[in-house]
Amino acid sequence: MSNKNNDRIRANPKFRELAQKRSRTAWGLTALVLGVYYSYMLLVGMAPEWLAQPLSEGGTLSLGVPVGAFIIFFAWACTGLYVRRANSEFDRLNAEIVEEAGK
Amino acid sequence: MNKLLATLLLAPAFALAGPAVEAAEKQPLNLTAIAMFFVFVAGTLMITWWAARRTKSASDFYTAGGGITGFQNGLAIAGDYMSAATLLGLSSMVFAKGYDGLVYTVGFFVGWPVVTFLIAERLRNLGKYTFADIASYRLDQKKIRTFAAFGSLTVVCFYLIVQMVGAGQLIKLLFGLDYPVAVMVVGVVMMLYVTFGGMIATTWVQIIKAVLLLAGGTTLAILAMSQFGFSYETLAQRAIEVHKGGQGIMAPGSMLADPVNAASMSLGLVFGIAGLPHILMRFFTVPNAREARKSVFVATGFIGFFFIVVCTMGFAAMVIVGTNPQYFVDGDLAGKIAGGGNMVAMHLAHAVGGNLFLGFLSAVAFATILAVVSGLALAGASSISHDIYANVICGGKADEKTEIKVSKISAIVLGVLAIILGILFEKMNVAFLVGLTFGIAASANFPILILSMYWKDLTTRGALLGGFTGLISAVLMVVLSPSVWVTVLGHESAIFPYEHPALFSMPLAFLVSIVVSLLDQSAAAKRERAAFDDQFVRAQTGIGAAAANDH
Repeated sequence: MSNKNNDRIRANPKFRELAQKRSRTAWGLTALVLGVYYSYMLLVGMAPEWLAQPLSEGGTLSLGVPVGAFIIFFAWACTGLYVRRANSEFDRLNAEIVEEAGK
Repeated sequence: MNKLLATLLLAPAFALAGPAVEAAEKQPLNLTAIAMFFVFVAGTLMITWWAARRTKSASDFYTAGGGITGFQNGLAIAGDYMSAATLLGLSSMVFAKGYDGLVYTVGFFVGWPVVTFLIAERLRNLGKYTFADIASYRLDQKKIRTFAAFGSLTVVCFYLIVQMVGAGQLIKLLFGLDYPVAVMVVGVVMMLYVTFGGMIATTWVQIIKAVLLLAGGTTLAILAMSQFGFSYETLAQRAIEVHKGGQGIMAPGSMLADPVNAASMSLGLVFGIAGLPHILMRFFTVPNAREARKSVFVATGFIGFFFIVVCTMGFAAMVIVGTNPQYFVDGDLAGKIAGGGNMVAMHLAHAVGGNLFLGFLSAVAFATILAVVSGLALAGASSISHDIYANVICGGKADEKTEIKVSKISAIVLGVLAIILGILFEKMNVAFLVGLTFGIAASANFPILILSMYWKDLTTRGALLGGFTGLISAVLMVVLSPSVWVTVLGHESAIFPYEHPALFSMPLAFLVSIVVSLLDQSAAAKRERAAFDDQFVRAQTGIGAAAANDH
């Protein structure tokens, strides 16, 4: 990979766009998932009674159980969001960059 | 030939297994399970033979030629992560502690999105066979690869011990074989997979096992839940009646009471995934970054689903297993579980599906361990042959055929080592080793990997010192922790008061890497910083990435 080619790619405004968008999406989703998870852990440590509440009046199953399951599902859904965005927008941008670099 | 070998090896084992006069824990020969297990091993050995014929180059051996699809790889990665520890360990934790088990499970899972967002694509774009490829991309190859090999091999060895001890105990219980024999069987079959079939064989073994595990686990959960009319509310009501924790099992309990331990453990679990060499290696088996990210998405989905299934199993077992004296030692419902605390899922299988289902699940559990052990051995062997032999010793100019040969020899050596370690650690409670393994992965491998991919100013000196700091501090802290210093070595009180090191060793590794890199003003450092720009282009666009051969 010659340096000149890389310089041209870096100069391409689409490259900056791709790098920035990807970075914002990736770090943003990371912060979201970890934020949700660590908030949950704070609840577990500081306010377990909230999680222990029954789902319905006189019921036994606690709120905490679906909350825990939801976090697993949510984390996976965020993964899906990233993959969908990457598969469409990022890959399209990437293809354009590669094509323009080849010219 | 391989099939014959396996049969011959297992034959003397049956002779030894004969009368069950040993400790009360060894069960009599479970013929259904053995038969099913035989079918699995025979089938996978045939795959190994098929794979061996297709494995011609180093690329084939390490990464299956890069021709595995995203979906297949997703299953394989899920298979690598859904080890016997998850099936048996998590279900028994939920069984014993209720909600705390679910909290632990969530923590065990939530690191996967991080891998998708931050690791998967760049890893595939920058690397070729091992994660050391990326860490040393623009840094001093020899030094960084040596460190990366250390980090990888340490994690691999500890993980191997956990799996081998688990395998030995499981087989001893379920098939009635003696412990050392059981360990040897696992080690030998694993060596066959890896040496002859390389990554192609281990990938397909993982895929098959993942499918079996998902099918078996889901069936078990459905059968169990049918006893409660498929209502979690009904299950909950019955569970609190029979469990000694009462209503308490529906809420967080004492397991995570200490915030420092909880934070340290969760940090290790979340970021450790990104430092496990056998998982990272799987990203190179797909053709490009797009398939890499697809495979993590698929893996994450299957793992998440499986974890929820396993937790359901644990809760259901409270009622189905917990009220049945036949699953307890001496029929004492307040006493120990027959065969040890980890056997809860197995007992549940027996309770809802009889001996046939138990046999199936046992074979699957054993297959699980075998598959993971193979993956670990391959990761370790690649580290030795690709990183140390080909790059450090031969300076990147190794002949490919010799490199593969070194790989195979390493796999055999690792197999023998795994057997020896498995036999040595038989009596030890190896549960803490899982946490330690993740803690080391999070402290030694992860910081260097992520810094090298994202931070321009990382230099060789910084990476080396930071990485070794993470590795040594993590190991040291665990040696000085209560579970080793007091329980194993018998001292009065622990020097390091916490069970998990990650909260301290991981930030320490980052700190040292960053500070040393920033202070490094040598000529080499300047070159390394300058090289980041080119690395960044390749990381983003994939131009110049190692291409796939036709699989």
